[in-house]
Amino acid sequence: MPDDRELFDSGASAQLLGDRFPGMAATEETALAISTEHIDGDDILAKKPLGFLFWFALVWITAVFLASILANVLPLQNPNFQNYSALSQGPSTAHWLGTDDLGRDLLARLIFGSRVSLIVGFCGVAIGLIVGGTAGLVSGYKGGKLDVALNAGSFIILAFPAIVAVIAIVTFWGASLFHITIILGLATIPLMFRVIRATSLSFAQRDFVIAAKTMGATDTRVVLREILPNVIPVMVTFSLISVAGLIVIEGTLAFLGLSVNLPTPSWGNLINEGTANNALSTDPYIMMWPALAMFLLLWSINLIGDRLRQRFDIREGLL
Amino acid sequence: MGKYLVRRVLQLVVVAFVISVLTFLLVHLLPGDPTTVILGPNDTAANRAILLKQLGLNYPLWRQYLTWLGAVFQGNLGTSYLNHESVTHILATGAPVDFELILISQVIAFAIAIPLALVTSRKPNKALDNVATTSTFGLLALPPFVVAPILVAVFAVGLGWFPATGYTPFTQNPAQNLHEMILPSLAITAGSIAVYYRLLRSDLISTLQQDFITMARSKGLSSPRIMWRHAFRPSSFSLLAAAGINIGALIAGTFVVELLFVLPGIGYALVQAVEQRDYLVVQGIALVVAIAYVLLQFIIDFIFTIVDPRVVRE
Repeated sequence: MPDDRELFDSGASAQLLGDRFPGMAATEETALAISTEHIDGDDILAKKPLGFLFWFALVWITAVFLASILANVLPLQNPNFQNYSALSQGPSTAHWLGTDDLGRDLLARLIFGSRVSLIVGFCGVAIGLIVGGTAGLVSGYKGGKLDVALNAGSFIILAFPAIVAVIAIVTFWGASLFHITIILGLATIPLMFRVIRATSLSFAQRDFVIAAKTMGATDTRVVLREILPNVIPVMVTFSLISVAGLIVIEGTLAFLGLSVNLPTPSWGNLINEGTANNALSTDPYIMMWPALAMFLLLWSINLIGDRLRQRFDIREGLL
Repeated sequence: MGKYLVRRVLQLVVVAFVISVLTFLLVHLLPGDPTTVILGPNDTAANRAILLKQLGLNYPLWRQYLTWLGAVFQGNLGTSYLNHESVTHILATGAPVDFELILISQVIAFAIAIPLALVTSRKPNKALDNVATTSTFGLLALPPFVVAPILVAVFAVGLGWFPATGYTPFTQNPAQNLHEMILPSLAITAGSIAVYYRLLRSDLISTLQQDFITMARSKGLSSPRIMWRHAFRPSSFSLLAAAGINIGALIAGTFVVELLFVLPGIGYALVQAVEQRDYLVVQGIALVVAIAYVLLQFIIDFIFTIVDPRVVRE
């Protein structure tokens, strides 16, 4: 957070403010206290490396991303091609992860299926962040009637158990990747709004913001240059947790048969296929691979979010 | 306290009203109507018009809403268009299943998370704490639709300790009922364990650094007594809050396990009703689940004001 230190550590500007506004003199102390706090924080960071697991998680997420983007280029078999001479096989050189009861290659289905999870997770959160995040940032800073209204509105919407609404909307509107991404994105908005608003609010009356305003900064400038940089750590951390959350909801929908239509694979419906028709006892591989991939992906996202949270020292209560 | 309670109740009424409007609109503004399913091959324009009139679907939306709401206040949530079962009956038979699933899963979660946190928080960042914290972190990445099939594969198909499907009401045969409910409850408990453990552990660690703990130590009180009587109580508030927030995730979890273990709960009925465009059933279930959810949050908030009087003053 360079802004507050720049403003107050240069004694001249603090002096200036102190002269003009008697109350401001005290802020120098506060600012110093804040900056020493940061130095302490930096010390702790220096002692605590991100660790091996963090890099492992990052590698796994990157690998899943690359595989899903390059799925068409990679030497994979058609995920929907049914090879009747290779039904329910275990892992082999021809089919690295085996085949399902219709002779479809499980590796190809796994990799193509990852697209659904990634698109829903990341695009859904992007929608929530753009709409809810922006609204929260402004609303928390400006306050006033609009803030009260938006806050009450988000409170009421969040009182509604999302899964019930999502199930109903998806079924009536039709399950497609586009629809599900939009719906889950919309569902993320109030949550994102509340978290970002709370963070923005906590900075709105801080000395460095008041100082910037006193020096004639416009609201836009204050929000973008003073508030936003301080909100970003919370934003990133909470976004990552939300991505994991949306991936779980998509998986739940797919498991209930309410996500992308078959035969398009998604990890959720692959797990569902792996449990249907006694497949658990005849061919547990069908369920095992997507379950394992899903576990590793969620674990990686959570871990990275958690390590970043520790690094930025975000209080758990805020999330 | 009285003022606070009045404000909260008013809030509750507003939320309940908005929920009723939302549930109603949710079902009515979406494309598709129940006539196609009911009529089947007899789907002609004339038949359709008659049926719409019979079902009251030809009136303006606000009138349909008021009619529905009026009936709801008399405890009548309507009947299914398809099998003429009343919605209240569907809820009455389904709710105990979900209630039991959530209850058992939460008992398991607390029984594991609390003792574990009490033990590990005494020596944070030591071997035992690291193992427990890392492994519970893994639990966060195990949603019910991942855990449930694995549990079935291992304990039902592989070892044959538990049945893979089936449901016996508790009142009929308690032992059989519990035997059948263990696996589905375990499947939705993983996330709760992780959340409760992590929260309680970090709260306990900060509580243990406070003066009154040092005081208790210097008085020579035994460690278990300090942990339980002095440290656990002030640290248990956020646990309560987390339990409230967790319920939303648990509801989604019960839907998954009901489908996999073929349990006749609310989620099973909801998914079926949605597929068949059974308006009143979807509407009724969504309304009751949402109101129950809000009421529960309200009760938890209320418990908060009793255990932690500071809440009211804020």
